[in-house]
Amino acid sequence: MRIILILLAFLAGCGEVWNDPYPAEERGKNIFYTSFVNRPKHLDPVQSYTSDEADFTQQVYEPPLQYHYLKRPYELVPLTAVEVPKPTALEGGKFTVYEVRIKPGIRYQPHPGFVAANHPLAPEKIRSMKSPYELPLGTRELVADDYIYQIKRLAHPRLHSPIFGLMAEYIVGLSDYAKRLRSLGPNNGWLDLREHPLKGVERVDSHTFRVTLNGSYPQFIYWLAMPFFAPMPWEAERFFSQPGMAEKNFTLDWWPVGTGPYMLTENNPNARMLLERNPNFRGEPYPSEGEAGDAAAGLLNDAGKTMPFIDRVVYTREKESIPYWNKFLQGYYDISGIGSDQFDQAVRVSIEGDANVTAEMEQKGIRLSTSVETTTGYIAFNWLDPVVGGGSERARKLRHAISIAVDIEEQIAIFSNGRGIPAQGPIAPGIFGYREGREGINPVVYEWRDDKPVRKSLETARRLLGEAGYPNGRDARTGQPLILYFDTVVRGAGDKAAFDWYRQQFDKLSIQLEIRTTDWNRFQEKIRKGDTQTFRLGWNADYPDPENFLFLLHGPQSRAKTQGENAANYVNPEYDALFEKMKNLPNSPRRQQLIDRMVAIARDDAPWIWGVHPKNYSLRHSWVGNDKPNTMARNSLKYLRIDAERRAQLRHEWNRPVVLPAALILIVLFASAIPALVSYRRRERMAARPAA
Amino acid sequence: MLAYILRRVLYAIPILIGVNLITFLLFFVVNTPDDMARMQLGTRRVTAEAIEKWKAEQGYDKPLLLNAKADGAGKLTQTIFYEKSVRLFAFDFGPAEDGRDIASEIRTRMWPSLALALPVLLVGLAVNITFAMLMAFFRATYLDFWGVVLCVAMMSISALFYIIGGQYVASKLWHLVPISGYAGGMDAGKFLVLPVLIGVIGGIGAGSRWYRTLFLEEMSRDYVRTARAKGLAESVVLFRHVLKNAMIPILTGVVVVVPLLFMGSLLTESFFGIPGLGSYTIDAIQAQDFAVVRSMVFIGSVLYILGLLLTDVSYTLVDPRIKLQ
Repeated sequence: MRIILILLAFLAGCGEVWNDPYPAEERGKNIFYTSFVNRPKHLDPVQSYTSDEADFTQQVYEPPLQYHYLKRPYELVPLTAVEVPKPTALEGGKFTVYEVRIKPGIRYQPHPGFVAANHPLAPEKIRSMKSPYELPLGTRELVADDYIYQIKRLAHPRLHSPIFGLMAEYIVGLSDYAKRLRSLGPNNGWLDLREHPLKGVERVDSHTFRVTLNGSYPQFIYWLAMPFFAPMPWEAERFFSQPGMAEKNFTLDWWPVGTGPYMLTENNPNARMLLERNPNFRGEPYPSEGEAGDAAAGLLNDAGKTMPFIDRVVYTREKESIPYWNKFLQGYYDISGIGSDQFDQAVRVSIEGDANVTAEMEQKGIRLSTSVETTTGYIAFNWLDPVVGGGSERARKLRHAISIAVDIEEQIAIFSNGRGIPAQGPIAPGIFGYREGREGINPVVYEWRDDKPVRKSLETARRLLGEAGYPNGRDARTGQPLILYFDTVVRGAGDKAAFDWYRQQFDKLSIQLEIRTTDWNRFQEKIRKGDTQTFRLGWNADYPDPENFLFLLHGPQSRAKTQGENAANYVNPEYDALFEKMKNLPNSPRRQQLIDRMVAIARDDAPWIWGVHPKNYSLRHSWVGNDKPNTMARNSLKYLRIDAERRAQLRHEWNRPVVLPAALILIVLFASAIPALVSYRRRERMAARPAA
Repeated sequence: MLAYILRRVLYAIPILIGVNLITFLLFFVVNTPDDMARMQLGTRRVTAEAIEKWKAEQGYDKPLLLNAKADGAGKLTQTIFYEKSVRLFAFDFGPAEDGRDIASEIRTRMWPSLALALPVLLVGLAVNITFAMLMAFFRATYLDFWGVVLCVAMMSISALFYIIGGQYVASKLWHLVPISGYAGGMDAGKFLVLPVLIGVIGGIGAGSRWYRTLFLEEMSRDYVRTARAKGLAESVVLFRHVLKNAMIPILTGVVVVVPLLFMGSLLTESFFGIPGLGSYTIDAIQAQDFAVVRSMVFIGSVLYILGLLLTDVSYTLVDPRIKLQ
């Protein structure tokens, strides 16, 4: 016992923290600590499409363009390109050409693929390897051919690029190219795409390539800022195609190869991912200009300085929110999101609606940053449904009535802790075409009163419902109550409250709402078949262009008819015609005019209950600098700065081991054994009882 | 004994085929190959052609159990069930649906699972036997009564409560150990202390109560009365005679779970961020990765059968009267 107490006292006096989950040698170093929930499925830029994966790929891969870190609305700026390419129309607009010029002198991260001796490798050598970085490493300069190679990979017969279908419509010859590659027959080895030219992509010189598109597609420029169009050195693909590599998970899907500021040096998606500074990175200057308020917020203090500022980034897998949140509070994660369970502990909202951190967070120096996401959540009415769908006046009035009755403001307050703004149309804030204030409100649902939008009264909704042929929620012809069906996915026990809330909203109009819950697969299947009446869904923007929201209501992209993204199957010929005109225009007053008309049509037809644009709340510790939310880009690690000394000091302060209660418990446990021991000894010494 | 073991191994084959068939049916009742393709390819901008291409590449473009278009044995062999199952019996698990090698994952992830489960089993066994012995020794006293009450109370508490409570007290309030995480080698120690402790404490209620019953049953036997009559110390009676004779039911419970230790703990691994096979299985179920689910169920079945076999063999070691025929 005495030894235990001495040991505990000794350990407590050592001055070290005991609950540090990181190795002692990392203390005080310029390392950024963060977490991930889902293991990334694909790190190959031709296949990767989720934001979880982008957290890794966008630090490693460099497409020609990127979004300006500080400016809003979002603005494209060159990354590896010399300038943002301008489209050139050919043959009277039949084709459009983008010529991309790459900066010279950019070099790849060290990689074994660039060393000739690493190909071919003996099978036993591959079997004994734990990481490809155990081999001799080399590099070379980035050239235009690498971008061409990657564009060809979109059509690779063994890869599944989610954007192949879209790009095959536009990139000249890509569709035929895929067929040609498929016709080569099964090939499990390396398919050298350099031997197979693609008509629509050509090399101009060593640092310039040209992409030719069918017709006009102005949104193509945004795709040039995504990893789908990042360069791929053929040597890397050849290296990973060696027999035995896939069995060891040595693939491009596991080990990305890029020119970016970081390289993935440890890939254990079950526990930890490690990004380390790419020693061959050319360096990139921190932006010198931003939007109003950035300078005051200290976001321009590093203007012109060479990035990246952080040497290493450690991602730890954290599947449960409780340990994740507590580790953030202990200083072991540098930034954090805020779950519903932690909201009240982290954020206080003033009467005016301003959000700030609570006193507990403030005491730790934790700061809150908020941003409205380029996302629209909505409740859709299936246009193919005979009751709620279609362009008839009856159905339109029914949809209007329901749109008024479903109180989105209340939903945001109850279920999102106020983190969101009610949508007035399909386009999210920050995107061209979105209108603020009075001119931006949806007149079907809101009135402008006292300088703010006010939801129309329930009386208005009931009147509209009566005009639709359902006075007091009953069919005027049959007298039967109006019953509507709401399809949704069950995610957990907490959903019951949300379902009850939906029922209450419809009940305001005496409409009975039947919630049809199912799993995600069946839900998607129902939507694909058009076998729904109402359902909730959402859309995150791929790129900051109104086309990326307005196409969700484009008739030819009906989910039930063409498997497109128009899940409500909404059709309005005028809207569709305007969409075709709008999508090819540059941002201009004319484009705004068309968008205004389209939004007005959609509001009047009301194929969606315009739901919510979620607000993202994130917390960061006082030692994190240059953090500005950017919902379009995920390559923000290179901009961040860490004060590692301050972090080490605060971690030490916050995590001093509390030994006494544990020692007391041990003492009590040992002490409790004493009576048993005494009793045992007494029994052992006890003489046999005399017979009665 | 060799003939017995061989016979048991042969019995295992139809059991494994049955388990595989049930897993297959249960999985495909809930998920279609189209669902699996969508899960792997994502839900955005996925075309019908991409889905067909994925299914063809992964071998999910065939009928599930019976291929009416094929001839002869092809009716059964040119099916998803046959093609996906037959390799399992050679322990060739192939790649997961996302292309990553399952065997490689299992080899990597079994060690963290084992590092957690083995100490929980051994320490738990020692603690439970000691506590049960104590209660048995002091049977019909207040110590026994309150010991049983404590055991029932501990059995009634959810494992989740132990985990969250343990993390809150030991890591958040007292800062004694990391709240979650894992590292290889000797560094694993600081991450395993708390989950092992929680695993042991969580198992005390059920384990001690059961062992106490076993010990009390043995203590009422004639040989115990004889041993006491001979004047042996109570500790000798308990540890040399009672414990030895209670080993058969204890072994039944312990040996059967030993091979399953590799499979990991779903809840503990998830909350403590331990990258074992338990969290691998959960991830695969959530991702609708049939290849992984099928492989893990198959391995689980094999290990369970192995555990039962080891239990039978271990009987002969602790009780010379038992002969396997």
